Amino acid sequence: MDHVGTTEQPRPAAGETRRTFYVAAIYGIWGLISAALAVPALIYLLVPPKLRKQSDWIDAGDLSQVPTGTPVEMTFRRMRVDGWKVYAEQDTAWVLKTASNQVIAYGPQCTHLGCAYHWDTAKNEFVCPCHNSLFAIDGKVLGGPAPRPLDRYETRIQGNKLLLGKLQVSAEKSA
Amino acid sequence: MSFLNGILEWLDHRTGIQTAARKFLYEEIPASSGWHQVLGSVALFSFLVQAFTGAMLAFNYAPTPGDAYNSLRYILTELTGGRLMRGLHHWGASVMIVVVVLHMIQVFVYGAYKKPREATWMVGVVLLLLTLAYGLTGYLLPWDNRAYFGTVVATNIAATAPVLGPYLVRLLGSQNGIGVVTFARFFGLHVLLLPPLTALLIGVHVYLVRKHGVAPVPGDELLPKKKFYPQQVFKDTIAIFAAFIILFVMAVAVRVPLEQLADPTDTAYIPRPEWYFLFLFQFLKLFSGPMEVIGSVVLPGVAVLLLILVPFIDRSQMVKVTRRGFAFGFVALAALGWTGLTTAAVVTTEMPPEAAVDYSAPTDWMQLSPEELAGIAYFRRENCTSCHAINGNGAQIGPDLTHTAIHRNAAWMIQHFKSPQGVRPGSSMPPIQLSDAQLNSLAAYLLKLNPDNASALDNAPEFAVQGALVYQSNGCSDCHKVNGVGQDIGPALNGLAKRRSRSWVEQHFAAPDKLSPGTSMPPFKFSARDLENITTYLFSLPES
Repeated sequence: MDHVGTTEQPRPAAGETRRTFYVAAIYGIWGLISAALAVPALIYLLVPPKLRKQSDWIDAGDLSQVPTGTPVEMTFRRMRVDGWKVYAEQDTAWVLKTASNQVIAYGPQCTHLGCAYHWDTAKNEFVCPCHNSLFAIDGKVLGGPAPRPLDRYETRIQGNKLLLGKLQVSAEKSA
Repeated sequence: MSFLNGILEWLDHRTGIQTAARKFLYEEIPASSGWHQVLGSVALFSFLVQAFTGAMLAFNYAPTPGDAYNSLRYILTELTGGRLMRGLHHWGASVMIVVVVLHMIQVFVYGAYKKPREATWMVGVVLLLLTLAYGLTGYLLPWDNRAYFGTVVATNIAATAPVLGPYLVRLLGSQNGIGVVTFARFFGLHVLLLPPLTALLIGVHVYLVRKHGVAPVPGDELLPKKKFYPQQVFKDTIAIFAAFIILFVMAVAVRVPLEQLADPTDTAYIPRPEWYFLFLFQFLKLFSGPMEVIGSVVLPGVAVLLLILVPFIDRSQMVKVTRRGFAFGFVALAALGWTGLTTAAVVTTEMPPEAAVDYSAPTDWMQLSPEELAGIAYFRRENCTSCHAINGNGAQIGPDLTHTAIHRNAAWMIQHFKSPQGVRPGSSMPPIQLSDAQLNSLAAYLLKLNPDNASALDNAPEFAVQGALVYQSNGCSDCHKVNGVGQDIGPALNGLAKRRSRSWVEQHFAAPDKLSPGTSMPPFKFSARDLENITTYLFSLPES
């Protein structure tokens, strides 16, 4: 077919161009196919799933039972979406009603490695049993390896009900 | 560039990879090679696409019945690109079968199976069978009604095999019906056993092709040989690209439905196999009674055996393809038979009714309470869209209702429904003639609307909307809970599909105390359509 030429001179040149074209087309098309598979695959793996209906604010319980000035651990149920499963699971928050009638709700995990801490009434501080991180009543780090103050939930109060929103990761580093 | 060359050279010295690739690419092929030989490469490519998209699906798939279905639904409805991945895998199977068969036909009519290439042919036939095995085992993995009932038929056919039947059934784990064991076997075959086996046999197949060289045609020996690269590689690439474009367009454009979760008690379901098995399905109908085994096992088995033995049946010398009239005739006859059987199957079998719910579509409506869902029925019945748009879809005479919830509360809406001019002097909206309860329902729906769910809710299937209407107007929520709304006197109705069969529920409506003695539920006499709608609706409810 194409390798049969009649004249000596133009043949290698024409063959050369044709060859270059073949090679370019091969690389180009394979690049295109790879991209058409790889890009959707990356999107599929990396884009977070569309959120299922979840109420943004969770009813954490009755505030009238919470004493002023002492943190209390409140337990509530929340829906957790895990891939194709939805669980109703128990969750907690350490809730503090301040003298000025403000409400602070701390996320229940130590900011160091996520252990559950508790309030030590005698020492008047939060103590994490894992690596002895200590937090003041306002969440500031008093000692131990914790890198930042306790995280707080967004809060909203409806009558006597405490509603919790997203957990806000506190940005400030402990000095 | 020279740095890159340096690396390549280093690598080549250690591994010989460059030399090997060069040897592979600069393989000499007969002068007659060309477009007719691209199909093998396309088949290999479609296998690679299946392996890739299959792995992608596996990353978000839970291989146990029930969970399999839920995770696939999650892939389809919640993951970006999930529908495309499934589409590529689903249609990729069809493309692969078409390509493999075309490849085989080409080899057959060219007589390329002749000495010394008999082994290449036989390995190829085994690869064809493997390809079909993927189709059979993969069919069950979505675990919807289609998957379940299709597999029931397939395993029952396997059971009729003489002597081997009972053992096959036990191997497939289906001696007590299709269940977790069958599912695990099919999944294991589909993703653990078949792929390495296929890869191995493809390796052997390609090795044999290379060992004997691409089959020449008579007269080739007089012409100078060509190199595989780049001209033939270019042709292969173009063919692969064409196949890929077809596959991609199908994956994007042709929706693969997901039916309802497999329901073994569904007696109305008519299973139909995938299109490439339809001819067998129809062939089977030609035999009945004790002869059935001939159509289901014996003749297909003989056909496969003959196919494997083709090189030994036809031992004549290689001749030009244009003089292989018999081969052409045979292919034409087989194609005719296949087309006839497939057409007959399509024509004679009642088309399965459009799946009631395509669970791969957005199903925001499933989260609504029956009251809100019934509101959609009133919304449609009152032709609200002749004046109002939902998310830009509909007439623009009145305001778009998508954002109403942000501005209005239910009390305002109901007052406005009753007397539009009373609330907004000068409004051209006619009052809506519905009862208070019905207006409540309409308002509840409109309050639920937001730009994110508008089109999904607007497209809620009619049976669900009508089913919710029946539910609502009969006051079912006075005793039952759906999606967390309603009373606790009777059982909550989410997950009903798991607990009861359809016929049980239908009979229970008519005479509750017959099926659950002592129940306080009164009997309900629904019209046939209402009964169908409310039952389908209740069965479509999410589990929790």
